[in-house]
Amino acid sequence: MSLIAGHLEPYLVLSGLLFSIGAFGFLARRNAISMLMSVELMLNAVNLAAIAFGAFVPELAGEGASFALLVIAVAAAEATVGLAIVIAIYRNRKTPLVDEYDTMRQ
Amino acid sequence: MPLPPTIPFIGLTWADALFLLLGGVVLGAATLVVLGRDIIRNGLFLILSFGALAGIYVILGAAIVAGAQVLVYIGAISVLILFAIMLTQSKAAPAQLTFQTQALPAALAALLLGALFAIALGSTPWGATVFADTPAAGGTSGVAATLFGPWLLAFEAASALILAAVIGGIYLAAKVTDREEEGE
Repeated sequence: MSLIAGHLEPYLVLSGLLFSIGAFGFLARRNAISMLMSVELMLNAVNLAAIAFGAFVPELAGEGASFALLVIAVAAAEATVGLAIVIAIYRNRKTPLVDEYDTMRQ
Repeated sequence: MPLPPTIPFIGLTWADALFLLLGGVVLGAATLVVLGRDIIRNGLFLILSFGALAGIYVILGAAIVAGAQVLVYIGAISVLILFAIMLTQSKAAPAQLTFQTQALPAALAALLLGALFAIALGSTPWGATVFADTPAAGGTSGVAATLFGPWLLAFEAASALILAAVIGGIYLAAKVTDREEEGE
């Protein structure tokens, strides 16, 4: 009898921890690309929760994985545009650090 | 030779041991992504985290999503991130100042978020089934029936979104001088 892998809750705990780690990284890092990496971690945590619900809740069978596939597509679009924005800003400001992007504050 | 139902001497089933191993790798690599000082290593640990997560998707029976995870996240997004790191890191950037001054409040906020998740997790009846081992695989046809049935509009909207993102990415990352010559 499986104590861990056959229950829903361990997967949700893992997802919550991963999301918290990503949230910390997004709030605390100075580098714009590190912040984007943290966003990817949070998206992955959401995907894990969706797939776990799809696997364990009978009404959601098939929908969890479909949701995860759509999230992956949106994450790819987000990474493309986000990194292009970072590269475009870097070309003007010569720094990847977000606390030096302060033009609109002055 | 068939495997014994539990791992000898430990008493865990194979699925449990795999879940603990892969979950530990996911969390450890994610922590190193967030805390590490060398950004190129952050990107490489991000790949490790994505790969271990794909293994957990396989445990959950979602093999199609695990394949998409490897193709899209490891194959495309991580490589894009690594290229962006190579294009934007200058030697002049101070390497020792990795974190914002708000790092401590950020850590508190993340801990609070984790505690909130724990409370919500403990107090909600999910209506979930419990499996003797792991959930049964073979959800791929169910995914297809959902994605190409009731969710067809969302599927097509995702393709339009990706096209817009590709065009937007090219426009944003193209050299500014080319654009000015055309527009002005």
